[in-house]
Amino acid sequence: QVSAALKEGRVTPTELCQQCLSLIKNTKFLNAYITIAEETALKQAEASEERYKRGQPLGVLDGIPIAVKDNFNTTGIETTCASHMLRGYISPYNATVVQKLLDQGAVLLGKTNLDEFAMGSGSTDGVFGPVRNPWSYSRQYKEKSVPKSHSEDKESNWVITGGSSGGSAAAVSSFTCFAALGSDTGGSTRNPAAHCGVVGLKPTYGLISRHGLIPLVNSMDVPGILTRCVDDAAVVLGSLAGHDPKDSTTIQDNFKPFELPSLTDVSKLSIGIPKEYHAPGLSGEILALWSKAADLFRNAGAKVVEVSLPHTCYSIVCYHVLCTAEVASNMARFDGLEYGHRSDMNESTESMYAATRREGFNDVVRGRILSGNYFLLKQNYEKYFVKAQKVRRLIANDFVKVFQSGVDVLLTPTTLSDAAPYKEFIKEDNRTRSAQNDILTQAANMAGLPAINVPTALSERGLPVGLQFIGRSFQEQQLLTVAKWFEKQVQFPMIQLEVKRHDHDAFQHEKSASFS
Amino acid sequence: CGGAWRRAWQRGTALTGPAPAPAPGPFPRGQRAAACDARGGAVPAGKSGLAPWVPVVGLEIHAQISSNSKLFSGSQVQFAAPPNSLVSFFDASLPGTLPVLNRRCVEAAVMTGLALNCSINKKSLFDRKHYFYADLPAGYQITQQRVPIAVNGSLSYSLCIDNKMSQMVTKTVRIKQIQLEQDSGKSLHDDTRSQTLVDLNRAGVGLMEVVMEPDLCCGEEAAAAVRELQLILQTLGSSQAVMAEGQLRVDANVSVHHPGEPYGVRTEVKNINSIRFLAKAVDYEIQRQIEELENGGTILNETRAFDSKLGCTVPMRDKEGKQDYRFMPEPNLPPLILYDAKSLPANMNHQQVINIDWIHERLPDLPSVKREKLVEQYGILPEHSFALLNEDGLAEFYENVVKQTPMKPKRVIGWVLNDLLSYLKQHSLTVKESPVSSFLLADLLNLLEKKEISSTAAKQVLAELWKGEGKTPLEIVKEQKLQLLQDQKELEQICQAVIDRQQNEVIMMVLG
Repeated sequence: QVSAALKEGRVTPTELCQQCLSLIKNTKFLNAYITIAEETALKQAEASEERYKRGQPLGVLDGIPIAVKDNFNTTGIETTCASHMLRGYISPYNATVVQKLLDQGAVLLGKTNLDEFAMGSGSTDGVFGPVRNPWSYSRQYKEKSVPKSHSEDKESNWVITGGSSGGSAAAVSSFTCFAALGSDTGGSTRNPAAHCGVVGLKPTYGLISRHGLIPLVNSMDVPGILTRCVDDAAVVLGSLAGHDPKDSTTIQDNFKPFELPSLTDVSKLSIGIPKEYHAPGLSGEILALWSKAADLFRNAGAKVVEVSLPHTCYSIVCYHVLCTAEVASNMARFDGLEYGHRSDMNESTESMYAATRREGFNDVVRGRILSGNYFLLKQNYEKYFVKAQKVRRLIANDFVKVFQSGVDVLLTPTTLSDAAPYKEFIKEDNRTRSAQNDILTQAANMAGLPAINVPTALSERGLPVGLQFIGRSFQEQQLLTVAKWFEKQVQFPMIQLEVKRHDHDAFQHEKSASFS
Repeated sequence: CGGAWRRAWQRGTALTGPAPAPAPGPFPRGQRAAACDARGGAVPAGKSGLAPWVPVVGLEIHAQISSNSKLFSGSQVQFAAPPNSLVSFFDASLPGTLPVLNRRCVEAAVMTGLALNCSINKKSLFDRKHYFYADLPAGYQITQQRVPIAVNGSLSYSLCIDNKMSQMVTKTVRIKQIQLEQDSGKSLHDDTRSQTLVDLNRAGVGLMEVVMEPDLCCGEEAAAAVRELQLILQTLGSSQAVMAEGQLRVDANVSVHHPGEPYGVRTEVKNINSIRFLAKAVDYEIQRQIEELENGGTILNETRAFDSKLGCTVPMRDKEGKQDYRFMPEPNLPPLILYDAKSLPANMNHQQVINIDWIHERLPDLPSVKREKLVEQYGILPEHSFALLNEDGLAEFYENVVKQTPMKPKRVIGWVLNDLLSYLKQHSLTVKESPVSSFLLADLLNLLEKKEISSTAAKQVLAELWKGEGKTPLEIVKEQKLQLLQDQKELEQICQAVIDRQQNEVIMMVLG
């Protein structure tokens, strides 16, 4: 919609950029952004405006304001990973995905908040503080959440965004940008998307370049796409996907961008409902929503079948072993020598390393490094790492079998419940929370499959709840087509943000929430 | 060669009675521990005079791949460039960078594997080896621990007995594997200011680690094997293998034990950077271990360095205790798949694949084959062929001379090896720098062959030619009147003149 408006000249890229920037300022309390790149964003918007004036925009994304999670490298803008270790670090190169977006005229507003080095599921564990879910400040939430006691401060009821790409999800949800990049290792894009009521796409492993994404788990990381609708996600995917000579794990073939058809007939579709996703702790509300969604497909003529992915229950522990092992390895480079934080300790190289890493990393990162190194010790390697890899293969095979049986896409919940209030969330440690919150999402990472969160409904508390579709490898088009049909059926409500406005233009975006 | 020691010892003990057993004797310090087998001499024995020691030597050789760019990045490879001028983002391990495998390095490793009779793994894998060190920016080295690119090969090498070129024996050392891996950077420790400076130019350069089985038994064997490997690498062009520039670095694993007993505790002598030092280091270490054990001591499993000034090995201080390298598969590199003519997919882009058979067909003649051909074609002795190949360009020089002269190749070889080579060595010149070209030498030998000059005169001419004044041999001969007389009458006249001058002596002789 916005893209059309830009083309027709109803709004200029500069106006759009300024509106977003002022909205970012008005919603600063969300803590969605770590760095706001006002100056460069305006320059990019001006350049875009020139192109529109000449009638030569670069494409659908030209002039569209976007945000990027702060674990993608960007030249000229700090890349911190929400860690002391990289505070003030300015990368000399752009991540491939960032470069591709800029090459298509997108306007980069800033870098979004996250859990330190993307390790977490709440966006609560970064050095820049937790991200607040914009829905905490929505009319929908405020109407339905009755304060338990009057003494309780209304302000303290705010809920988390989920994570680790919570900043990106909050940014899209609060209209401060039209699309944002997240990363997804165990659910880090889909989980906050579900909690913030936006679309969150985790593409197939190898479809999008990881070059320039500061890794969590190389064998599972994928850049994730957060948008307000499925069509937008398809557009961004089209602009990012394909081979990158700088990432040897990307597909060799070029990727053909596609437009999503508006499906009217779903009778040829086969939707799988994996019974193992009826996991302990799944809220009744979400279970009901899940069944309702299955009925929706069934009633529209689709074949809905219960399927089994028998190794699902082992997935989260194996994920934990593989994740920490790769974390231990990937974090080894942060020794304070070439870049990043360096401790003043100078008694010996070893003591400098130790102090640098103690000061630079938070407890979560250090804990994962410790357990990862334990799993990689010679005496433990077979027992943990190799075993986890074998189970990983079994999990991937589960999916292969189900898809071979004729199922087109799987339908599952994305999260166990709606977003928890921050006060509740921090009662458990990061590890426990991650195990709970990644439970329904990380299997797709273990198997490398594409998966998408589609915002579905509001919970009793007036908070977003999403469902997840998992597709076949490299069948994004089919996955997104189904998601789009579903999105149309459920008519997820628009967020009604109650923000003190310094600028009367701020909510103009509601009319143009998507750009495609 | 441990086997050879063992055999010698077994022969010695089994034959009792009349058969003369090799006399076990004290093994004085200074005598090369290694000498025994090749020289057929004494087997070292303990002070008890009974149990001899068997040294076991295995080598790990790091050969820097000769390539334009590094193993996983586009930065240039160049020796002695200004510090940190050849460092890409990946080499400095900037967060978010990923390795991209250099095709040339893979081809070099395949060539080397084929030349060393290895089987090439059609699928090999990369692993991360973790340790913290200032010149290892990522905190891990990418190597091939689980499935290396080439395995189960062999290397034949020859060495002479009694230090004489006339008796050579050929031996074989098994090659366990060849793995591709990254080189590290260089650390310079400034002890006075307690600083360490790091140069990352070398970080990420491609290495082939050639791992040999412990089939060697002495410094001389180790040196001969490495020399042969060096020649092979240089012939292939897969590594320049210049040890002085660190392109070939040798680690020697050394242990000693009594025959029939399990291998002793081994030490690793690291980073030996000359063939001469290798022989010395290995022999020293064998001797040191024997003495240590004979004096009731124990050998520590430690890393040592060779101090070339003192001529001994010393423990290295920075590696304390055993490291756990926490190996892990490198997740950013897919398995390395190689093809042969059979498995090559029809529709594959040739730029994308490496065909082992294609590389095999294009391998140049290896040194051993070249030597055989020289021996066969020119009728020279095998040791001559070794000498010819030992100097870069000497074989070509020899062949050029042979082509340009009717003199028998067997005679030419003496001129090339004795006269030319010793002159070059005396003056530390390479063959290419020789002031006498193959053409000039052939010219000279032609004069000799046509009996226009004597061989003594030829040497005089050669001495003149070294000056490099641009004169031809013929000009020198004429200038110095060195030609032999071809005219019978002239010769008779000269003789007559001599006789006439010496009347008294002639009379004395006639009178008897």
